Amino acid sequence: MFKNLFRIIFTLLFFVLLAGAAVAAPPIKIGALFSVSGPASFLGEPERNTAQMMVEQINKAGGIKGRKLELIVYDTQADATKAVQAVNRLIKDDKVVAIIGPSTTGDSMAVIPVVEKAEIPLISCAAGIKITEPVKKWIFKTAQNDVLAVARIYQYMKEQKISKVAILTVSDGFGSSGREQLVLQSKDFGIEIISDETYGPADKDMTVQLTKIRGSAAQAIICWGTNPGPAIVARNAKQLGIKTPLYMSHGVSSKRFIELAGDGSEGIILPSGRVIVADQLPNADPQKKALLSYVNGYRKQYKVEGDHFGGHAWDAIMLLKRAIERGGDSPAAIRDELEKTKDFAGIGGTFNYSEQDHAGLTKDAFVLVQINQGDWKLIK
Amino acid sequence: MTKEKRQILIFLIFALALLITPFFLQGSYYLNVLVFIGIHTMLAVALNLLLGYAGQISLGHAAFFGLGAYISGILTTRFSLDPWLVIVLAAVCAATIAFVIGFPILKLKGHYLAMATLGFGIIIYIIFNETVSWTGGPSGLSGIPSLHIGSWIFDNDLYNYYLIWIITLAVMLLSINLSQSRIGRALRAIHDSEVAARVMGINARVLKVQIFTVSAFISAIAGSLYAHTMTFIAPASFGFNFSVELVTMVVVGGLGSIYGSFLGAAILTILPEFLRFFHDFDIIIYGLLLIIINMFMPGGLISGLQSLAEIAAAKMKGKTRGDA
Repeated sequence: MFKNLFRIIFTLLFFVLLAGAAVAAPPIKIGALFSVSGPASFLGEPERNTAQMMVEQINKAGGIKGRKLELIVYDTQADATKAVQAVNRLIKDDKVVAIIGPSTTGDSMAVIPVVEKAEIPLISCAAGIKITEPVKKWIFKTAQNDVLAVARIYQYMKEQKISKVAILTVSDGFGSSGREQLVLQSKDFGIEIISDETYGPADKDMTVQLTKIRGSAAQAIICWGTNPGPAIVARNAKQLGIKTPLYMSHGVSSKRFIELAGDGSEGIILPSGRVIVADQLPNADPQKKALLSYVNGYRKQYKVEGDHFGGHAWDAIMLLKRAIERGGDSPAAIRDELEKTKDFAGIGGTFNYSEQDHAGLTKDAFVLVQINQGDWKLIK
Repeated sequence: MTKEKRQILIFLIFALALLITPFFLQGSYYLNVLVFIGIHTMLAVALNLLLGYAGQISLGHAAFFGLGAYISGILTTRFSLDPWLVIVLAAVCAATIAFVIGFPILKLKGHYLAMATLGFGIIIYIIFNETVSWTGGPSGLSGIPSLHIGSWIFDNDLYNYYLIWIITLAVMLLSINLSQSRIGRALRAIHDSEVAARVMGINARVLKVQIFTVSAFISAIAGSLYAHTMTFIAPASFGFNFSVELVTMVVVGGLGSIYGSFLGAAILTILPEFLRFFHDFDIIIYGLLLIIINMFMPGGLISGLQSLAEIAAAKMKGKTRGDA
């Protein structure tokens, strides 16, 4: 009795699905690799949420030229082996036409050889400069280079007549890349690094390093890391009564940092994408419209503030959407159209890709913000 | 059929099955997963020699794997040395390190040995992270060349599959032989009771160091092959978590069973693909798996399955007799 009933239901279901598939054009499959869990989940989670939100929005508005998008997300856990397995799965089993992510520079570097060989366009959401330098045919990225963030800070310091700095960087991918740039660019801006300290990603107390720095003649301290380390630095500096101005990297430009650092965050200056100060921007800013739409949409859907990490995924999806609208959904066409992207005002900045530049941003992608009474304040 | 002949037959069937597998998986990403299973099998077999046969735990085996990978990576990218030569060099290097630290470390027993090997693993991990100018630091080392024989380049899953599995099968064959030689029996004697083994005239101290060295040698080869197939390496792949994963593979598969190591490596490599929606909890699942297998199959999956089959066979027999 039941067996027969099931059989009928399944047969019906099968025909309904078949009919549905015949009517609607097949969806355009886009792969995504984010470190949703593991040590870099602070990047992967907002990125995944944003990508899913964007795909929902695009599909609700009728898709791209009547075709829906299908987003397939795999978690890399910031582990190179898992990232390579996942990217193989996306390319060979899911047969995606383009990939966004991974979230970290390490994962991106790990999957690049696979993606290049398969000839699938990839838009990385990681910041490391070596992802797009030298330029690789199929690889683009949306996250601002560390180079630009460092340049932004140094330029401001030069204006403030600061010439002696102490740097305190975390010993992970983000920190070591930042440290390299801080040392490299210091000469160009006439800035002298008189103290060069590091801390481990899991360290719980940085008073030792800060005490050393306090004894030096540094006019400013630059700390390069991602949560929670810099928050501890900020609190330790306050406890030690250090009055030297503290600068941070764009790695902490989310509300979480202010919560973690508490009072210690007051007065800290950092470069950031415009997303955290979207409502303070002048109306003439070309990015303002996109920023407000993203911030409001994210708040509505997930009940938390969107940050600029999620913005990288927003930009990646929108860049793909525009490329597919212009040139169709074959991987080669998407790549060619991506390279022609001009003046696209997204979340991270205004993108201009070209044959020589697959990162697409200038140092104007960063603004400097200061933390004032537990909120961000745009400088100038 | 004699026991020896049967063993050769089993190995041949196993090898043949693996060598024809790619024909059923062409173009699928599972071929890529199988490449990783091959590398993990090599590592699990290496650790099994130490843990399963000699009964000496190592919680730092990922370090030898990493040493192989990084020595290969650095020497081929920065000094453009011949990759095949470097594989041998890396394996000898790792084995030498194992030999040197083996003497003091392997005097320890139980938890103390676990702590010492764990410490060694962490030291090597920190070195990978901190010597940025050599290893590229936490964001990894890229541009490692693929292996090649003449103009034949191992740069796709199919070639890599055969490369890895032929070496893995060779390692398995050697390990099976080793485990059944005089040395293998001596190792098992040490496992059961070191004092008794020494009374029997086995030089336990030297033998333990020797097997530790062999284990490191094989692990380093696996590391080199990993570096050349991935063409990218980062320290995160060689951390404490991976050492624990290796121990899990060996215990799940079956202590002292070479085929068990393959089974353990295969299950723990494929499992995350199915556990993706558990995210951070997969480590808890590993733990649960260990507990369950230790409780119900103390000899690991291989012997557990064997005894299950025996029980089933006995039941069937009983049933037919009952019917008659």
